[in-house]
Amino acid sequence: MKKVFGRPVSLTDVPFTYCPGCHHGIAHRLVAEVLDEFGVRENTIGVCPVGCSVFAYLFFNCDMVCAAHGRAPAIATGIKRSRPDSIVFTYQGDGDLASIGTAEIVHAANRGENITVIFINNAIYGMTGGQMAPTTLAGQITQTSPYGRDPKTMGYPIRVSEMLSTLKGATYISRVALNKPANIIKAKKSIKKAFQVQLDRKGFSLVEILSSCPTNWGLSPVEASKWVEENMIPYYPLGEFRVPEEVA
Amino acid sequence: MGEKILMKGNEAIGEAAIRAGCRYYFGYPITPQSELTAYMAKKLLKMKNAAFIQAESEIAAINMVYGAAATGVRAMTSSSSPGISLKQEGISYIALAELPCVVVNMMRGGPGLGDIQPSQGDYFQATKGGGHGDYHLIVLAPSSVQELVDLTMDAFDLADKYRNPVMILGDGLLGQMMEAVEFKERPKVDLPDKGDWIITGCKDREPRHIVPFDLDPSVLEKWNYNLGEKYKKIKEKEVRYEAVNTENAELIIVAYGTVARIVKTVISNAKEEGINIGLIRPITLFPFPEKVINKTADNVKKFLVVEMSLGQMVEDVKLSVNGKAEVNFYGRAGGIIPSPEEILKEVKKCL
Repeated sequence: MKKVFGRPVSLTDVPFTYCPGCHHGIAHRLVAEVLDEFGVRENTIGVCPVGCSVFAYLFFNCDMVCAAHGRAPAIATGIKRSRPDSIVFTYQGDGDLASIGTAEIVHAANRGENITVIFINNAIYGMTGGQMAPTTLAGQITQTSPYGRDPKTMGYPIRVSEMLSTLKGATYISRVALNKPANIIKAKKSIKKAFQVQLDRKGFSLVEILSSCPTNWGLSPVEASKWVEENMIPYYPLGEFRVPEEVA
Repeated sequence: MGEKILMKGNEAIGEAAIRAGCRYYFGYPITPQSELTAYMAKKLLKMKNAAFIQAESEIAAINMVYGAAATGVRAMTSSSSPGISLKQEGISYIALAELPCVVVNMMRGGPGLGDIQPSQGDYFQATKGGGHGDYHLIVLAPSSVQELVDLTMDAFDLADKYRNPVMILGDGLLGQMMEAVEFKERPKVDLPDKGDWIITGCKDREPRHIVPFDLDPSVLEKWNYNLGEKYKKIKEKEVRYEAVNTENAELIIVAYGTVARIVKTVISNAKEEGINIGLIRPITLFPFPEKVINKTADNVKKFLVVEMSLGQMVEDVKLSVNGKAEVNFYGRAGGIIPSPEEILKEVKKCL
């Protein structure tokens, strides 16, 4: 019998540590499928962050380095500069990338580092148990915004893709979601484009992935996917924000 | 014999690093070490298979070193005191990840933004860890521009030998002064092959991870013990010091770096006045030359530690002497360099 569906070689068989209904697993799989399809697994070095995906090194079946909180783009820069022929990606959450690591991501993008960044935006700190993230929506209740995020004192949710798109050094920037099959297919295409940009040595690429966090949102997996559609996508519109001319 | 050339300390470090095979430098401007960053820019940006990045921050710079070192290349960053504080997070990660790299600290007056004059106020930070967790750097303390060159080259070898970050602990005076230096031909050193741990992509092998954490305390404890074993070996094998006029001395001054240079003048000035004093100059601050100090304390009953700080290395001297002799201290802080006259006055007070 012909095998029609299986685990990508770029994923190990270690069971995910993610909660039921969390979108990290889908995001991992899409990245792994893309690495498989380009045939670059053996030439890939991933950098995992601090946060729920700190264990990503167990799941991606390639060389991996674990970064300090927020510093993945700097580490990826050091790796890529010393091994320009390797495929280098970071996998970061919103606390990691959009809060403590803002300097590193902005300047890696601005330098046009030839790396790919997978940015998981689930509007909350997952690993530490549901605190406010820089991407937490206005009014959203978290452990550290127990009365809802008040933008007047807590700031507005940061639109990372739009912000980084103002930088000339950024080559490809897109925002995708994983809340329904149609969006997952689009997400995969976008991740593939991002890695293509790196393979073509065209510079910095980032895919922001809107993800669910049922556990810390206090919702069921189905409700959480609906919450992405109804609350996140209106504020964080999907689409491509920067596309290299040749790919557009 | 190589040719002698006149070079500024900071630039000499850069040239020494390049000659030692360092092609990856990541830094951030800060006085009084900026000439080193500029020198690396001038050289590395023109070289193939090399990278110079003026990073967005000291934090990013040390993490770029982390990434480059993980791939097996010789990588370096440099800064001065406030910038070194920022690097401590990265240094702690690098220590547990056991990545070889060189960090240069040309110390200036602190705490806080302090000033930009020479100081030795970062001794504790450099020798006792600096960041969080149980770890040590190998700390080398040059006292001349020639030694900046020689120790920078040694630093890369030591880093590779022990898979440990090495710090060059100089100060603003050493960085800014010009002296004649020679880049000597160096004997080839046998160093361990990096092939079994570096991150290069997993072609023809299982994937590798450089992961400086483990949530299982029994695993993390084992890693800590492994580090402890390594530090023990470093303490046994890598201690370096210079002893000057220690035979029949009435008093031994213990000083390192810039202060040790001044003390050499004090020794000859004292001799003219009929006072016989000696110097023990630690060249490695970690590992600290505790055995020689302890042994010297069998014969000499008075020590004077002189530092450009409120008294930091003096604690290690006291531990080394272990009650066998009197340990006095004289320090100037905040970027003031002690004069030979004031040190001699202190010597006389002790005698």
